[in-house]
Amino acid sequence: MKRPPNVQNLVAALVVAGLLLLPIYSLLTGNVFALTLFTRIVILALAACSLNLIMGYGGMMSFGHAAYLGIGGYAVGILAHEGIGSGFAQFPAALAASAIYALVIGALSLRTRGVYFIMITLAFAQMAYYVASGLARYGGDDGLTIYKRSDFAGLINLSNRVQFYYLCLACLLGTVVLIWRIVNSRFGLVVQGLRSNEQRMQAIGFPAKRYKLVCFVIAGTMCGLAGALLANNTDFVSPAMMYWTRSGDLMVMVILGGMGSLFGPVIGAVVYLVLEELLSQVTEYWALIMGPLLLLIVLFGRGGIMGLLASRS
Amino acid sequence: MLKRMSNPPHSGGCPVADPLLRVDKLVRRFGGVVATDHVSLDVANGELHAIIGPNGAGKTTLISQLTGHLAPNSGSVWLAGRDITNLPAYRRSALGLARSFQITSLLKDFTAADNVALAAQAHSGHSFRFLADARREAPLRRAARAALERVGLAVRAEVLVSKLSHGEQRELELAVALATKPRLLLLDEPMAGLGATESARMVKLLSELRHEVTIVLVEHDMEAVFALADRISVLVYGRVIASGVPSDIRRNEEVKRAYLGDQHVATLHG
Repeated sequence: MKRPPNVQNLVAALVVAGLLLLPIYSLLTGNVFALTLFTRIVILALAACSLNLIMGYGGMMSFGHAAYLGIGGYAVGILAHEGIGSGFAQFPAALAASAIYALVIGALSLRTRGVYFIMITLAFAQMAYYVASGLARYGGDDGLTIYKRSDFAGLINLSNRVQFYYLCLACLLGTVVLIWRIVNSRFGLVVQGLRSNEQRMQAIGFPAKRYKLVCFVIAGTMCGLAGALLANNTDFVSPAMMYWTRSGDLMVMVILGGMGSLFGPVIGAVVYLVLEELLSQVTEYWALIMGPLLLLIVLFGRGGIMGLLASRS
Repeated sequence: MLKRMSNPPHSGGCPVADPLLRVDKLVRRFGGVVATDHVSLDVANGELHAIIGPNGAGKTTLISQLTGHLAPNSGSVWLAGRDITNLPAYRRSALGLARSFQITSLLKDFTAADNVALAAQAHSGHSFRFLADARREAPLRRAARAALERVGLAVRAEVLVSKLSHGEQRELELAVALATKPRLLLLDEPMAGLGATESARMVKLLSELRHEVTIVLVEHDMEAVFALADRISVLVYGRVIASGVPSDIRRNEEVKRAYLGDQHVATLHG
């Protein structure tokens, strides 16, 4: 777990530099679209990083991670709809709602493992999807428009593209640093040990479920933050935010970038969403090209893009 | 000293006063098979108690019930006077019970040092610490190093478990168990799959450890068992057919008939 300068770290550093400089590029060239696209990429990268914490480090294959995007988003949307526009209320509400949902879902789902865990997390996320569809007061199926972005009392203006972008990027980088600290902490070692061999960990004295549940809640809360940002980005929340295909997208980003690698999900999100954007400009059947591409990367690098880079260094 | 078990036994095999471990009429069935059939035995403080028996006698099943990985259908397990029958594995570990696995069970993608340090970590405060680098906790690293040195693996500390030889993995199993500072060590065939030299090293190691910790040893290697054990219990078809000091077991006709067979008799008398 030592980190000498290698290809992986170099690529990570380049990506961070690129993300930091992107608004300048956008201002200089007048390319507003790039900034819009990358705001979305940064937010979904945050969601992918949170999924990586449970999936890559914890070995918990959650197929319902998009539920937190929706819950975080709806917390912002519903409060805005009810006239509470302050971000100081909306964001903590988004995090708390996600944490509580993760606690309940985790306590039930973690009784199962393997395929059953995948299916039960999927089922709960679909339930959340249908609950949101049934919220007639908040737009039901059609979703809910947010007329005013979260208000942070003048500290930061979320309606300013550049400021909002940097807020999202700060949240992403903060999360990456936090996950880095977590996976090297006592707690992180226990969680990774449980992924490796749960029976052994119990035998040496660790109550497995407790640690897994806390990890599940941390990841859910992080993704709730992504949801709150996403709602502000689109000025709109709808049940589609938590549809199962969205959970699948997040899993693809993590696997593509490299499960259990700190920066992998960020790379995965950038590559996946940029490819999606480029290919969809070429043809509406972009998924036909994307599919085989993903297949190749997963086939030839079991550790995703980060795994491929590691084998080069 | 040798006590014959009536059928089924009514009380503890070889009862001792104030035992560290007491197993009382333990029963475990798998469908129609009774893998553990009213097993009772006492392990005294400080002794090395060997459990022998032919393949399929239910030795690993018994160990798994002692450690809490498997729940018995009836009967009870007591550690230092405390009923632990219904405690989960991690609570038993906290009470000082450690095990090694017959089939090596380690954290394969961790280093040897990390494996042992995690065992020490489990017994030094809680692990809901999220920010500080655990690999920089000097007491844990020291404990890991000490346990690795104890089994002769210190030079391999930073090697990934998956890169260790089978023999080294067996030694690491022992180091991991030792790092939890156990009162009672349950060793499930520590010699399994070892070559002659490695076996000899393990026997030497166990003969040193027996003075430091109470040991329950499940082992096929008769030479090792008779060299090490203070007392031996013989398990056949899930039942304790005899329990006593090695010399008594050696002479016991029922044991010879039921378990040892012709090829082993030479060893016994040797």
